[in-house]
Amino acid sequence: MNSPLPIKQTFTKESLKKQFRLSEFLAEKIISSVAFLSIAIIFLIFIFVFKESLPLFSFGDKAKTEIQTTTGAEVETYGAETSTEEIQPETYGAPAENLEPESYGTTTEDLNPVVEEIAVTEPETYGTVTEDLNPDSASEEVVAIDEKVTGNKEGADKTWSTFFSTEWVPVSDNPRFGLIALLIGTLKVTVIAMLIAGPLAILAAVYTSCFASNRRKEIIKPIIEMLAAFPSVVIGFFAMMVLATFFQDIFGYDSRLNAFIGGVAMALAAIPIIYTISEDALSAVPKTYTEASLALGASKAQTAFSVILPAATPGIFAALLLGVGRVFGETMIALMATGNAALLSANPFESVRTFAATIGSEMAETVFGETHYSVLFFIGSLLFIFSFILNAVAEFYVKGKLIKKFQGK
Amino acid sequence: MENTNTILVNPFAKTSGKGKDIKETAVVGITQVAVLLIIAILFVILGIIIYQGRDKFSWEFISSFPTDGMTKGGIFPALIGTFILVIVMSIAAVPFGTITAIYLTEYAKENSKFAAAVRFSIRTLAVVPSIIFGLFGLGFFIQFVGTGMDTAFNGGELHWGQPNILWASLTMALLTLPVIIVSVEEALKTIPRELREASLALGATKWQTIKKVVFPGSISGIMTGTILAVSRGAGEVAPILFTGAAYYLATLPESLSDQFMNLGYHVYIMSTQSSDVEKTMPIQFATTLVLLILTLSLNLVAVVIRSRIRRKAK
Repeated sequence: MNSPLPIKQTFTKESLKKQFRLSEFLAEKIISSVAFLSIAIIFLIFIFVFKESLPLFSFGDKAKTEIQTTTGAEVETYGAETSTEEIQPETYGAPAENLEPESYGTTTEDLNPVVEEIAVTEPETYGTVTEDLNPDSASEEVVAIDEKVTGNKEGADKTWSTFFSTEWVPVSDNPRFGLIALLIGTLKVTVIAMLIAGPLAILAAVYTSCFASNRRKEIIKPIIEMLAAFPSVVIGFFAMMVLATFFQDIFGYDSRLNAFIGGVAMALAAIPIIYTISEDALSAVPKTYTEASLALGASKAQTAFSVILPAATPGIFAALLLGVGRVFGETMIALMATGNAALLSANPFESVRTFAATIGSEMAETVFGETHYSVLFFIGSLLFIFSFILNAVAEFYVKGKLIKKFQGK
Repeated sequence: MENTNTILVNPFAKTSGKGKDIKETAVVGITQVAVLLIIAILFVILGIIIYQGRDKFSWEFISSFPTDGMTKGGIFPALIGTFILVIVMSIAAVPFGTITAIYLTEYAKENSKFAAAVRFSIRTLAVVPSIIFGLFGLGFFIQFVGTGMDTAFNGGELHWGQPNILWASLTMALLTLPVIIVSVEEALKTIPRELREASLALGATKWQTIKKVVFPGSISGIMTGTILAVSRGAGEVAPILFTGAAYYLATLPESLSDQFMNLGYHVYIMSTQSSDVEKTMPIQFATTLVLLILTLSLNLVAVVIRSRIRRKAK
């Protein structure tokens, strides 16, 4: 009885240590690799959204194969092509993680020689292919071919040149993808929404953090944050059914659904975000600031607006940035309340079409692999990059400034 | 102390005069109006939707299928579809989110760049527009994973490479991940350091401490996170627009590879693409009411649990 105990003790101490270290090690590694997944997701989102828009960047060659396959009307060959594309995501993945555009540069460079070869060896095939595409407009076709003999850029270049036009006509014989029209529409809605949401939310935040008693604070905060729980489809529905009629009765404009209605509805979505973050920023201002100001004889309102608010400016700036991000990418409200017509005018009471709404409404109608499909994904990557940058600015620039400020520069 | 305070404050307050008092009340009043306006808008939305939807809102409406080309009948399949969506979503997102939160609070060192990158990605995930998740679901889950699975297992026959519940749920899981992580992290932070230290001092390893001490204490946080995520997932429409939501289905989904109807999507299509928008107005309002009741009540529960956690922490 006595003999095994001490032996066991000496052995167990060592073996235990080692065993537990292994399981500890495994646990830590597994947990941190799960945590790594969230970083991976960001990259995956960018890669896969951008990947679908890649055909737009392969000037010449790829567009040509697309035309050939669509004219051949053979789904299988097309499917095979895409699967080979999809089997090797690592090629995109690895360089994209370094966030360097060279990877795309090299791929297009690789493609270019092929393009030139084709152009040199057999220019006739190109002509016949396009003739097959739209045989109705034969006279136009000849001119078009003449123009393109030197360029050989049917798909991608043409799409790119339409990006800067002002017309968004994705489905027609001569599709035009005027991103400018969509950009103006998105900006219009964003400006209207921020003009309403910004002041309202910031004033409310000032009241909550500077003037309200603790008891009121505890009531006000959850109620306004409750607004964040309203699904955007509900806000869009409300704007479409109730707000649109209400404001039409007041202003008497023609189109019931327009940029203004969309802006008002999106303001409702942006208010809780701006409010919460600026309230946090205002509350984070050290109490010594307030006390010093009050001790110098300033009133409460003076303290709030000339001491606390300036001190919290970076935080409020961040709040506004994130508000812009929310409005910029908001889909359902834009779909339901803005009228969805890509008109180009400065009038806030005209219908507009935003980037996000365009993706939302047209994606279901596009065919996989079409230019239209790629353009929508391209818009998606633009939106993603934009929101990424907004968040990065809000995060690093603003936080750095805040920390500097409160630590006495 | 009190005496000196009154002596210091009072003379300054008196010198400020009456003219400034009016200004003062005006400024405070404006901010107060902003608060009241926001709260008023909130209750107006709530009130109008309840008022317009109350006639149609009944047990029968909730438990029956839509009929006559969706101009009559209920929303049963949409409700069930939403439930399946949020359940599958939670199964995917909750473990993932909890483990990430445990990493951030327990394992990550203060100056670790990796942890900072994880935090940054989570915040980015939270601000990425929801439509982007929809595009990602289409590009990654359906076109890449789904089609890949089809070519690998089904010999190219289209089965997983099309919109269905699974892909929609996974897409939604990515969207709601930050919500869960933030809630769990907050709950983990409220667990006193002494508890962890006591456990470690008794000879427990780090993993044992997490398993037996930290994790049980974070259950309420996981619950809050899950409820908030469900509330968010039930209301979002943009991510499922092209990853699985269906316009109309005569039957309930039977497997994960089926499409589904969804409350939010139902509201959207009924109000924008219905054959007779005017006629189906009561149905639209009642559906919106159901959706709103679902999301708001879930949110309320989460807020109550969360405030309880916070009180406990104090």
